[in-house]
Amino acid sequence: MINKTVKNAAEAVADIPSHCMLMMGGFGLSGIPENCIQALLERPISGLTIVSNNAGVDDFGIGLLLKKRMVKKMISSYVGENAEFERQLLSGELEVDLIPQGTLAERVRAGGAGIPAFFTPAGVGTEVATGKEIREFDGKLYLMERWLRADFSIVKAWKGDTAGNLIFKGTARNFNPMMAAAGKICIAEVEELVEAGELDPNQIHTPGIYVQRIFQGVNYEKRIEQRTVSH
Amino acid sequence: MLTKEQIAKRIAKEVKNGQYINLGIGIPTLVANYISKNLDVVLQSENGLLGIGPFPTEDKVDPDLINAGKQTITMVPGSALFNSAESFAMIRGGHVHLTILGAMEVSENGDIANWKIPGKMVKGMGGAMDLVASAKNIIVAMQHCSKDGQSKLLAECTLPITGIKCVKKIVSDLAVLEISPNGGFILKERAPGVSVEEIRSKTAGKILIEGEIPEMTFE
Repeated sequence: MINKTVKNAAEAVADIPSHCMLMMGGFGLSGIPENCIQALLERPISGLTIVSNNAGVDDFGIGLLLKKRMVKKMISSYVGENAEFERQLLSGELEVDLIPQGTLAERVRAGGAGIPAFFTPAGVGTEVATGKEIREFDGKLYLMERWLRADFSIVKAWKGDTAGNLIFKGTARNFNPMMAAAGKICIAEVEELVEAGELDPNQIHTPGIYVQRIFQGVNYEKRIEQRTVSH
Repeated sequence: MLTKEQIAKRIAKEVKNGQYINLGIGIPTLVANYISKNLDVVLQSENGLLGIGPFPTEDKVDPDLINAGKQTITMVPGSALFNSAESFAMIRGGHVHLTILGAMEVSENGDIANWKIPGKMVKGMGGAMDLVASAKNIIVAMQHCSKDGQSKLLAECTLPITGIKCVKKIVSDLAVLEISPNGGFILKERAPGVSVEEIRSKTAGKILIEGEIPEMTFE
């Protein structure tokens, strides 16, 4: 088996340059690559374009990269809950492409799957359709959306092996599997890294072919945005 | 006038046995509390879960298990987890029977606006555009008027549109209305103590009123 392991987050992100296109898994703060975000904060880079469903909160997740002005553009579907983000956006320091969530997920999926474009009903008749090709299929209108691919994708999984195979837990899976495939170089951080052969091949969510670097992360905070409980 | 809980309770009456349902953030989330225990339905969360259960007890809180509103949740027996591309494949593919979501404005031909207030609110559409473009049945939970008394049921939406000609039914704090295939809000039920005249005066779009309009019930 090809061994994909690197020592830690710092080594994994050491060659990520300024002005590159970066995908980051996660929905809200669930399933985000906490270790790599911390390691990126130590790098002297800026001008990043980040594809991520959300933009973190003010003091956690991608919010930390925004605060350090490392981000030029966000490609996301929902960016509430982040005052610094809103400030940079309204002042024109930050560019944002807001994309319907299903379209974002499918554009990333298409990028990893080698499908350059597809048609979706989401956004027909709205400002999202501006400048896009519209076609009628079987009496309904659809608009053409292009694939999304990145120089690097950074994902977070529950378990992984040295061959790069990944298993996710709960709703922390979200955008991670599609992003793994859509990055030229995919970095996977996992809570538990085991030797190739220890994971059940029947249970693998993301096959190792998509993953170029893998390491076991440390000190996961797994912050909760909306702690709701029943009594 | 209905409270938010009463709007949710009235919408819960629309739920049918065997349905897969997506509930939006806000009042729609409350609908789950009022769905009859005699019905077998499955709630979808667009980040990647079929089978949303109640909020967890304190000792069962799991940061890796949240709904689309980022709230901690549980899973019911028989749940399934999947990635977000798969999740929207089941939404666009028409496998989700019922979508319930909030709105800032609805027009008389069923257009909905709920994602952006230019110059004020830049949060994004999340999954709303995919949901309204695809669901077979869309019910909107909303306040009939804005805080300053302006009708939100209009001839045409003034805010940026989320989807066109998609809303089937509205449950507001004043009334239950259906969108006519030919355009117009068909008044079906009144909130307790609210007159047809009040609803008519607070609906800026075309309102269609035929015969006696019953007061709504909740059971």
